[in-house]
Amino acid sequence: MPTPETIAVAMSGGVDSSTVAAMLKSEGYDLVGLTLQLWNQRRLAGRPGMPETSEGRCCSLDDVYDARRVAEHLGIPYYVVNQQERFEQDVVQPFVLEYLSGRTPVPCTLCNNHLKFAQLLDTARQIGADRIATGHYARNEYDDARDRWILKRPADTSKDQTYFLFGLTQEQLSRSLFPLGGYQKPDVRTIAREQGLALANKPDSQEICFIPGGDYKQFLDAYLADRGEAMPDTSGELVTTSGEVIGRHEGIHNFTVGQRKGLGVATGSPLYVIGIHGADRKVVVGSSEDLQSKALRANRLNWIAIPRLEGTLRLQVKIRHRHEPAWATLTMSARDEVTANFDQPQRAVTPGQAAVFYDGDEVVGGGWIL
Amino acid sequence: MRRVYMDANATTPLLPEVFEAMRPYFLERFGNASSVHSFGQRARGAVEEARISVAALLHCRPAEIVFTSGGTESDNLALFGATKPGDHLITTTIEHHAVLHAAEQLAKRGREVTFVSVDGNGVVDPDEVRQALRPNTRLISVMMANNETGAIQPVVEIAAIAAKAGVQFHTDAVQAAGKLPLDVEKIGCSLLSISGHKIHAPQGTGVLFVRKDTKIEPLLYGGTHERQRRAGTENLAGIVGLGKAAEIASKSLADGSSQKIADLRDRLEGEILACVADVGAHASQMPRAPNTTNLWFDHLEGEALVIALDLKGLAVSGGSACASGASEPSHVLTAMHVPTERARASLRFSLSKLTTAEDVDFAIEIVPQAVAKLRELSPFYRKSDTFSTNAFTVAAIER
Repeated sequence: MPTPETIAVAMSGGVDSSTVAAMLKSEGYDLVGLTLQLWNQRRLAGRPGMPETSEGRCCSLDDVYDARRVAEHLGIPYYVVNQQERFEQDVVQPFVLEYLSGRTPVPCTLCNNHLKFAQLLDTARQIGADRIATGHYARNEYDDARDRWILKRPADTSKDQTYFLFGLTQEQLSRSLFPLGGYQKPDVRTIAREQGLALANKPDSQEICFIPGGDYKQFLDAYLADRGEAMPDTSGELVTTSGEVIGRHEGIHNFTVGQRKGLGVATGSPLYVIGIHGADRKVVVGSSEDLQSKALRANRLNWIAIPRLEGTLRLQVKIRHRHEPAWATLTMSARDEVTANFDQPQRAVTPGQAAVFYDGDEVVGGGWIL
Repeated sequence: MRRVYMDANATTPLLPEVFEAMRPYFLERFGNASSVHSFGQRARGAVEEARISVAALLHCRPAEIVFTSGGTESDNLALFGATKPGDHLITTTIEHHAVLHAAEQLAKRGREVTFVSVDGNGVVDPDEVRQALRPNTRLISVMMANNETGAIQPVVEIAAIAAKAGVQFHTDAVQAAGKLPLDVEKIGCSLLSISGHKIHAPQGTGVLFVRKDTKIEPLLYGGTHERQRRAGTENLAGIVGLGKAAEIASKSLADGSSQKIADLRDRLEGEILACVADVGAHASQMPRAPNTTNLWFDHLEGEALVIALDLKGLAVSGGSACASGASEPSHVLTAMHVPTERARASLRFSLSKLTTAEDVDFAIEIVPQAVAKLRELSPFYRKSDTFSTNAFTVAAIER
């Protein structure tokens, strides 16, 4: 009998990754459970807006406890890997800088690119596991005809996490297993119960894992204060689309494109944030119609289903996690920059978010909105 | 799978003789040592027998032995018990967390605390301790042998400095016990901590030696146990085990067993240093506890090496475990000004009297293999993305 392949399971202590471990164990793989310790939830505890305790969040002791219990239950070796410095450097600092630059970041994608499918995969290979399995809802398969690894939307489209995975390289995709790609979430909970996992009914995590309570503005304040850095002055003018100054704002990091509330000006018709200019710290406001964009530009591209974009392609473009992909025509507009012209204007195209390009269920590629 | 344990500085298994000595005290020989009746008397007798054995190991009087729940409690009892608000405490940057964090807590509770640093070999300079003395210095606490490097500290010199200044001296001898001769008179300490489970006694047992003329305030209040220095019903079976382990340790120190451990350690260290590139041993030029070697393996992540070795059956440790179980760079190596990358790439191998030549052969076989594999796949050989941390400009984002 050949030695079974060793697979490292990225275990967060949640239902999904725990069920992955249980499923692969029953399929006969040799498993090693790994949890990334990414952030010390107690680090900012007690600062304004930051809770004193941090129960039940990513990287909390409770989650590590849960993951460890699952590993014990399954009888697999389990280790916690400290990647706090990497996470701070590759995810938290860019997250902070993006907001301070007037953009709206997607930390989960950075974490996938730099931590889960980079550092974790490195660690897995070093300890003898050539592939990692995660609890992401996505599918990946090798396509002979194209000689490429393809990333596809999962069976449970309501849990689709492909938006956060567009940055995976061919190498990373070839070394990743997404065993939940073919399942509906309720079925996963059923499997968890059948496998005797005590956490089968644990609630899903929703918020950004390192931001307890979900208030990113308070997080920015607390994080900078913790590092002994002053919050930079990013205050400036509130201007209309025609350039008229109608007020001042306290800092561009308080705004997100499409935001309506909290502009601090009273006018007859509703005003929305249309754009945020990091260079001169202007926040542009306008009407709901002004929020519509016919096109977007994105750079720092990663192509999955194709080696590169040549000519034009008709694809569906998803501009934020909860966005219904919209038809657009894509062409390269500069080196490492694509322009997508939408068939129908899209609301609140937001710099800093990812634009992910789909061909039906397939993720063709993606980039970061300029 | 063959499993080899080389983490004796974390804990050691009970020796069979220790377990056998304890067994009746869980079952038919139970009793509360404070009770008047025969059951109590028998328990009391066993506790006092153990106290005599431990006193023999430390070369002190039995009445100077306080049984505790372990090294951490002993250290806390020494530091909290021997200082009052307004007092000054001198300790070092390489102490175990049981001293380090207790001292930090004392600093929040009205004591002045000085942390004396160490040299690149992880050894305290007695002169620096002398220079740290203040008129209100009450206690000096310096460990005898470091848990991570094994480096032996000049405790005799420091005790002499303390004595001359009229200051009490505590030494955390948790990693020295059973490995080095311990004589409280020769050391010149008034307080000394040991832990049971580092010398093949059960976890949850420990001792604080408290010199006869030394007054300490208890941490725990309750009954009059341990001459009112530590309240709480004696851990009968544990104390019996500790007594037996101390007796065996005394014999081992006399019969040259520690030289046997040192020989195994030296062979392990020598072979790995000889057949792996870019390696070194911390504090290897200094007198060390005979069972400990702390090796660095440049160009790899020690955390991954610990896991890789464990999956192959060799249990060693790297850094110190944080609450989640993840590793953090060792504060001891950091205090020695070992560069962070190297501190992260350092592993501690600690042997015990149960370590065999075959165990060492096993380690010599698999460590070089595992190191080679890790280096082959090491991200340190690759270009890593870096992100500007101080430029709050859009340009920084548009990389």
